[in-house]
Amino acid sequence: MLDPGPSALVQDLGRPGLAHLGVPPSGALDVPALRLANRLVGNPESAAGVEALLGGLRVRAAASCTVAVTGAPVPVLVDGRPMGSHVPLHLRTGQTLALGNPATGLRCYLAVSGGIAVEPELRSRSRDVLSEIGPPPLAAGDVLPVGPPAGVPEGADVLAPPVFPGELSIPVHLGPRDDWFDDAAAQLAGPWTVTPESNRVGLRLDGPALRRSVDRGGAELPSEGILTGAVQVPPSGLPVVFLADHPSTGGYPVLGVVRAKSLAALGQARPGTKLRFRSST
Amino acid sequence: MRWLPYGPDATLIECSSLEEAGAVRAVVAAAGLPEVTEIVPGARTVLVAVAPGSGGLAEVRSLVEAADLDHPPAGHPREITLDVHYDGADLDEVARTAGLSPAEVVDLHTGAEYTVAFTGFAPGFGYLTGLPEPLRQSRLDSPRTKVPAGSVGLAGEFTGVYPRSSPGGWRLIGHTETVLFDPRADRPALLSPGDKVRFRSLS
Repeated sequence: MLDPGPSALVQDLGRPGLAHLGVPPSGALDVPALRLANRLVGNPESAAGVEALLGGLRVRAAASCTVAVTGAPVPVLVDGRPMGSHVPLHLRTGQTLALGNPATGLRCYLAVSGGIAVEPELRSRSRDVLSEIGPPPLAAGDVLPVGPPAGVPEGADVLAPPVFPGELSIPVHLGPRDDWFDDAAAQLAGPWTVTPESNRVGLRLDGPALRRSVDRGGAELPSEGILTGAVQVPPSGLPVVFLADHPSTGGYPVLGVVRAKSLAALGQARPGTKLRFRSST
Repeated sequence: MRWLPYGPDATLIECSSLEEAGAVRAVVAAAGLPEVTEIVPGARTVLVAVAPGSGGLAEVRSLVEAADLDHPPAGHPREITLDVHYDGADLDEVARTAGLSPAEVVDLHTGAEYTVAFTGFAPGFGYLTGLPEPLRQSRLDSPRTKVPAGSVGLAGEFTGVYPRSSPGGWRLIGHTETVLFDPRADRPALLSPGDKVRFRSLS
């Protein structure tokens, strides 16, 4: 690792199923992008890669390997020569791979043939920023172990890098606590703006504060379980959409739950992105 | 009991008491349904998630509705004793609030048997029920920005141990050297829902 850029974390598909121990699921925020990167280099889709925030990553190959960069559309350079993202690339020993700045979106995924083989914790190599489980954030000078290549890089046709729009329309299922708010669907519609306080724990949104119904005004909710995609509304009225590193329980009402299919787009939503919720029961 | 929707693949089962929530958790956990991916107990609720598209929620519902919640399956609770130095910063205040001496607070706290009702807040943090009535006290008006790892605290109907240093608003009555959470261990969390816990005084 020559330069991690603003933030580079090892991520795989996380450690779901441990919420009863207070352990967040964690894992790549843009799951389809990590799976694709792994397929492109011949890995099982569940192998660990690097989730790089806002590009800037630079790594040098200590051994010959196949790599692929997916997720946010980003310039990829090998020894300074522009190459494509979303394609398998061969690196010879000593060659340097560098990412520019993504044109849209936030997170790029770097897969290496064999996968990043750091020691797993709780059956996963994912870094969980809330609980500080898993390998620490990557730093310049780190040497990342790579496992033995397990398969053949997938012969992909040309894949167009996705473009992440500045406005999102996100379907949300109302409940379990939508009855804490008058006309929950209309209030939740927004428009909301993604704030810079957002991180892997959750997207924090700014907009017209949600008002609780009068009889719930000062009520407290005993701690209850939280799943990824939950839209929680603290007393400020400004919702948080929980992402992979969310706490396993919380005491503010969850007004609705975002569909799993939309999570990748939310994980790529830059601060300033406009967001509307379309609700269904 | 109310069944609240939580997206297409989960349901929040709202119960009338902590005991009922504990029984529902035990029933669902003991059944070991393969479709069930998460069982997250809360103070009055149990959140159950199933594999997307498995349709497993219907099975969960018929299972719980057919269960005898007055006699839930015991599961395999562990019995854990935690050795505590009762030297917490709030011990004297807890005693004053309860109208007791600090020694009587220790006697009450060590004399009770607790059950891990649910976890949350941090990995390995168990909310333990069974706290004697006089020790059921409100949280601190102003939470501490840093509570040391191993601190034994109480708040409301719960007592518990901070697995690691974090902010917190519970009243601190002591500390333990026991490791509550180790992600590299075979059993990462010492306390799981349903486990029985006792405290023993080292002071």
